[in-house]
Amino acid sequence: MQIDKIREYQATIERACRKLGRQINVMEVCGTHTVAIFRSGIKSILPKGFKLLSGPGCPVCVTDQSYIDTVLRLADRDDCIIATYGDMIRVPGEGGSLETKQARADIKVVLSSEDALELARANPEKKVVFVAVGFETTTPATAVAVREAAEQGIENFFILSGHKLVVPAMRALLAAKNNNIDAFLCPGHVSVITGYGVFGEIVEDFGRPCVVGGFEAMQIMEALAEICTQLATGKPQLKSMYPAVVTEKGNTAALKIVSECFEPADGYWRGLGKIDKSTLKLKDKYSRFDAAKHFGIAETPGREQAGCRCGEVLCGLIEPPQCGLFAETCTPDDPVGACMVSSEGACAAWYKYGRKVQREQ
Amino acid sequence: MCLAVPARIIELDKDVATVDAMGNKFKAKTTLLPEAKVGHLVLVHAGFAISLVDEEEAKKTWDLFREISEFDDTPNKISG
Ligand code: SF4
Repeated sequence: MQIDKIREYQATIERACRKLGRQINVMEVCGTHTVAIFRSGIKSILPKGFKLLSGPGCPVCVTDQSYIDTVLRLADRDDCIIATYGDMIRVPGEGGSLETKQARADIKVVLSSEDALELARANPEKKVVFVAVGFETTTPATAVAVREAAEQGIENFFILSGHKLVVPAMRALLAAKNNNIDAFLCPGHVSVITGYGVFGEIVEDFGRPCVVGGFEAMQIMEALAEICTQLATGKPQLKSMYPAVVTEKGNTAALKIVSECFEPADGYWRGLGKIDKSTLKLKDKYSRFDAAKHFGIAETPGREQAGCRCGEVLCGLIEPPQCGLFAETCTPDDPVGACMVSSEGACAAWYKYGRKVQREQ
Repeated sequence: MCLAVPARIIELDKDVATVDAMGNKFKAKTTLLPEAKVGHLVLVHAGFAISLVDEEEAKKTWDLFREISEFDDTPNKISG
């Protein structure tokens, strides 16, 4: 039965390709989708004229180089403890990575913002800086910790906000003249928090189908088939195919605490540059927890590592193997750019699963 | 890091839950999901329950994680 379903989805996708008479490009903007797509081998059963592009959906990958370098500089300070999610520690930057600095600097891998706050409680003589990255899914956790720090009067807890909003990035991609994106497979977990309603503006303003999908192979195929039906009929729509966890309005408790603590600000993304109102900074009320303010850090655009084409990868303009360093000087064991560091990064996923598919084609 | 793991709440003390994902037990906060109760299946991300999830969906996700094999270190990644 599953096989019948898959054939049906395949047929729908093929029909759309024939009807449009050109290549169809669908972008996913979620690291878990990227991994799930590669892992499941979906790419090998899609028709030649249909391409899946990995967009700016991996939080580590989209974090601008200037942010990475700032964290590395803070790590050099004797009065700081850096608390970070594990996947950030290997991102290379000025003078190494958090991992290479670990012997000299106080760097702690945490699994939650709460652990970072706990470090602050346990080390009152130090300033604990939480490397607060992630999209809408992750921001509420940071907001809870900030609010808790305020309530409990914890004064040595700081966050360096690298939190980002997905929709402004999607808008920026579509606003670029050379974009080749026909539709978005919208992120499931971001939508859990924001509600799928937030993608409505992409459909309205840009006429691109936006379909929220789950992470299992069948769910992804189902979402892709839905996108293709919309493209073939010329009727772009907003649709959630992930009703088990995603609602239109999202998690209102989480949205409330985020808006209590954060406000949108212009900010830099790797590869996409500065995007209006696309990042989150702490509101004045909580600015004493703002590491950028406390340490007087000015935001400047970062430089890409020499030869690294992460920026183009993140915009869906090239695929990782088109980068000259891919699998040569840049490997998951010795990454040159951020997209090879995180297991959710497009380059890492290609390295791990994609090379076989590529050889077979 | 955007991983979200389905897990069942087996204990709840105010907003601190002990959850079970495929036999791995760890702590998660329910601050963002005030309606969460003991016995509920929830999606846990970065140490926080972010939504309720049904049995069928949880099973699909667990299967996926088993496949991705990274699952072994996932609960630790998220819980501490
Ligand atoms: S393969 Fe490495 S160097 Fe090339 S774009 Fe990807 S991360 Fe950058």
